[in-house]
Amino acid sequence: MTAITTERPQAGKNRSMTLPAARRFLLWTGIVVLLAWVLVPIYFVALGAFGGRLGVFRWPKSIWPSNLAIEPMMQFLTIEGVFNALVNSLIAAGLTVLFSIALGAPAGYALARYTFRGQNAYRLLVLLTRAFPLAILALPLTVSFIRLGLYDTPFGVSLIHTVLALPFAALVTQSLFMGIPREYEEAAWVFGCTRLQAFMRVVLPLALPGLAATAIFAFVISWNEVFAASILTVRERTLTAYLLRILAESPLHYRFAGGFILIIPSVLFIFAVRRYLFAVWGIASK
Amino acid sequence: MPARASWIPYALIAPSVVFLGVLFIVPLVQTVWLSVATGDGISLENYQRMAGDLNFSLAVRNTFLLTLVVVPVQVALALAMATMVTKLDKGRDLVLWVLTIPLGISDLAAGLAWLSLLQNTGYLNSALYALGLISGPTGWLSQETPWALFFSIAMAEIWRATAIVLVILIAGLQLIPKEFSEAAEIFGARPWTRFRRITLPLLKPSLQSALILRTVLAFEVFAVVYALGGRNFPVLAGEAYVWQNDNQNYGVAAAYAVLIMTISLAATAVYLRVLRTRPEQLP
Repeated sequence: MTAITTERPQAGKNRSMTLPAARRFLLWTGIVVLLAWVLVPIYFVALGAFGGRLGVFRWPKSIWPSNLAIEPMMQFLTIEGVFNALVNSLIAAGLTVLFSIALGAPAGYALARYTFRGQNAYRLLVLLTRAFPLAILALPLTVSFIRLGLYDTPFGVSLIHTVLALPFAALVTQSLFMGIPREYEEAAWVFGCTRLQAFMRVVLPLALPGLAATAIFAFVISWNEVFAASILTVRERTLTAYLLRILAESPLHYRFAGGFILIIPSVLFIFAVRRYLFAVWGIASK
Repeated sequence: MPARASWIPYALIAPSVVFLGVLFIVPLVQTVWLSVATGDGISLENYQRMAGDLNFSLAVRNTFLLTLVVVPVQVALALAMATMVTKLDKGRDLVLWVLTIPLGISDLAAGLAWLSLLQNTGYLNSALYALGLISGPTGWLSQETPWALFFSIAMAEIWRATAIVLVILIAGLQLIPKEFSEAAEIFGARPWTRFRRITLPLLKPSLQSALILRTVLAFEVFAVVYALGGRNFPVLAGEAYVWQNDNQNYGVAAAYAVLIMTISLAATAVYLRVLRTRPEQLP
């Protein structure tokens, strides 16, 4: 503490450069511990996924990889139902992306570009969804879904997942469109574009990266959701629902393989949207 | 200047309003209705069955205990992470990426990842064995070791969902003007004082949304618990799942759902009140 006050830096900007060596060391130790905290469980579940039956029961375990092979994972993927569940998960997540963008982006555009009566009521509706444990809503939907033939379909699952992703998409796209000056659009109108043309040719290209990030978040929301997916499916399970159902009876190495497959897309997606992460969540959490 | 009101904005929000009406408002009402509707009219029978169930009080206790432990630890940990990350000059993006990876990991996968660590012949036991603390594979996740099981579930939850708090807090920190802290520093405020008197109060809106989000989700906790402890550790959402899927009793499941929703709403109301920010306090 005293070290800092005696050699107080000229400006706050490069203060970290002047941190005393001891404090820097402490900081980096802490960072390394935090990184390990996040990465180690993922590393271990990967070892479990590729270590097979023998790997699970080896005792005592070494933290270094040994006898890893692709076969255990392949075996897992060829179990009856796993591949189908994987496909169902992808369909449900894909539809969730489609619906939440198709419904959320226009609403976001309306909130960004217009003032209209009922605007605040709409915002309240969107925010209200946050105070509710949404997946629980799958419980009463079972009955109506059976009646409508939506029960046990990836489409039905994607509907409830869209309820989870839509408020998020509306809020994020709102700020996205607010960031694109309306003068650009007005200029296009002056040059004879219709509103739709102006939107398609001027606004959309600028909004595309942000929309892609929103889409990826919607995908992850659906891909990860367990409760509603398990309630609403029996045979056409998504991967999470399938894994939850077989938890009790499947051997450990299959569970780890399943866990690993669930984790991989998330890691890649978070990497893909890392630039947008804070903007998007900063907005969505308002 | 936003454009003059016309029919266009209504046409734009209409699809999402209809969608949320059909798939959010209707099921909400349906849940309440299902929970009170019994063969002949309205009664609290489902609630009585719920409260009379052996697992009920355990589930309530466990869910609350988990929330009370997990949410504060997550906020504290996320604050520590955010403070450390903002001090970095090199490698900041990489560190942030790694720290936010759990954001995209489902609760089920998180449970399974921690299972690989904590199972009988897992890495924790191997480490304890190497240190000479245990003599062979030991179980931590059964009914005989309720506290170890609780602790394991709490760890997995903290591991998974701290990232979301971190992201919200960092997004909030970016909104705080640097000048405030610099001014305080010039007047001789120590780092801890600056944090407590400047950063924390200005971060209140972000803290509020992080707390609401996390608390609502914590009362919904389910898959982590199942992945690690099966039915050894009853929680509210898990009981709702069992009543719905295994017992095929939609009424009692709905009663659980109403209970979870009520608790979530109450928690949200408390946060909104306790952590409210007056407009004049905003920077």
